[in-house]
Amino acid sequence: MSEKEQPLEASLEVNLCGIKLANPILAASGPFGYGHEYRELTGFKDLGGIIVKGVSLEPWEGNPPPRVTETASGMLNAVGLQNPGLKSFLEDHLPSLSGTGPRLFVNVVGCTAEEYTGVVAGLDKAEGIDGLELNISCPNVKAGGMAFGTDPQATGRLVSAVRRETTLPLLVKLSPNVTDIGVIARAAEEAGADGISLVNTLSGMLIDTAQKKPLLGNVFGGLSGPAIMPVALRMVWQAAEAVKIPVLGMGGIVSAGDALQFIMAGARAVALGTGLFYEPDLPSQIKAGLLEYMEKEGLRSLSEIEGVARGPKKF
Amino acid sequence: MREKCPVLDNRTVTPGFCRITLHAPAIARLAAPGQFVHVYMPAGHMHMLPRPFSIYKADPLTGELTLLIEIKGKGTTLLAGTGTADVIELLGPLGNGFPPLAPGALLVAGGAGIAPLAFLAASASVPRTLLYCARTADLLACPRYDLDMPGLSIIEATDDGSRGEKGTAADILSRRIEGAGAVFACGPRPMLVAVKKMCRQSGIRAWFSLEERMACGIGACVGCAVATTSGYKRVCRDGPVFPAEEVILK
Repeated sequence: MSEKEQPLEASLEVNLCGIKLANPILAASGPFGYGHEYRELTGFKDLGGIIVKGVSLEPWEGNPPPRVTETASGMLNAVGLQNPGLKSFLEDHLPSLSGTGPRLFVNVVGCTAEEYTGVVAGLDKAEGIDGLELNISCPNVKAGGMAFGTDPQATGRLVSAVRRETTLPLLVKLSPNVTDIGVIARAAEEAGADGISLVNTLSGMLIDTAQKKPLLGNVFGGLSGPAIMPVALRMVWQAAEAVKIPVLGMGGIVSAGDALQFIMAGARAVALGTGLFYEPDLPSQIKAGLLEYMEKEGLRSLSEIEGVARGPKKF
Repeated sequence: MREKCPVLDNRTVTPGFCRITLHAPAIARLAAPGQFVHVYMPAGHMHMLPRPFSIYKADPLTGELTLLIEIKGKGTTLLAGTGTADVIELLGPLGNGFPPLAPGALLVAGGAGIAPLAFLAASASVPRTLLYCARTADLLACPRYDLDMPGLSIIEATDDGSRGEKGTAADILSRRIEGAGAVFACGPRPMLVAVKKMCRQSGIRAWFSLEERMACGIGACVGCAVATTSGYKRVCRDGPVFPAEEVILK
């Protein structure tokens, strides 16, 4: 075969809301913290992006322990968005994260619209942030959080308010704890979101029968891991159907095969959470698996299969 | 670091405890008393979270690392069922260990809490005393051959008197705390609460090795929180050994 006839090399590069990622694999917000520990353990080289843990305006102390427990093929957590607040994030964490390779997204949390806009305004001025992820879906905080993400009007108002504060690409992270994900996704899109990310965890609980009381200190927690993967996949499919903006899919991904399913359902990229606890090297394994698949299928770009399972046209 | 470790020996020491020795040369070389390993479950994606266990013995020369595990749930049952054909993956050594032992140290172990204290006891030959307590004799699972150390005095006690002195760890400690150098303790929370109170009253410094449900094991996820005088801290990264006065136990 002459050089001319050789197919171009397969590339994992994707464009998520105007941000070019070297590959479609991101670390989801939460399990990865601010990245320092995983940087020591595995490095960042196989990640296209990092979404760092939720940042609020003031420090949040989080929920009482126990905060985590394993479930069948998954886990429940009720960390409660413990974080050091915007000022500490900007001073103590951001400087060491900028320019490390993967593109940097910051997850934003709040109890009120003012808190959200305050954080977004502060992050907008900072150097080294590529995009924001608005967390309107955390089931583990008493006020705000998920309340914004379960009502389309509240979603729209919050996204509009935040949109006015920043020109950074804005992903809105949706809760699966809703009746119709499409309605919420559309509300976010109409209010100016550049992308949708989903799913956050599914609200759940366990009871310690020996103690005769809820196992988690917060009573309720969020279920994640392979146990929720089919639910997450279905919701990514529905969200991709409802909006034109890109979708970042997540929920129980533990293999390249899982990642491919999310992409075929309509996701532009995928994020890893609980899977990192089981296998810290998951990003490199998924990257290798995606490349192997592309080679086998003769794909040059994953865009060739984005939403392919939905049929020839977006319906 | 992560290490794939062949199981060299796995024996049931009492009905509820197993003692697993692994070939883990890289981790054994670095391990310090009070540190732990995160053990990945050998059952695919059914069990997503590794299990944290205190290091019970580590020999940098042979590369052997031993865990003494109370069989309580699904993960520990799986580990109890492993044998010499199995390879178990570990992450470690993790966390901060105990400060060095000085003469007159009192080591207070409650049940499975013996694991990090046996390793601590083996780290020095200064005169030191181990108060090894449990509800019943069955729960004093640590084999005697693992506690045969020069300079170590051992006092066993059970709540029901089925072995050693009769009484709780607090009862036994109250009779011996006078003149103690420092206290190092690991065991159930109610025991630690009592030990903390007694040490404060006697003006004796104490360090606790704490246990909490854990996910990442490296400090990223903030899942294993313990309340302290300066807010929630991470058992995996800021501990598992904490100065007693720093932690708020309930």
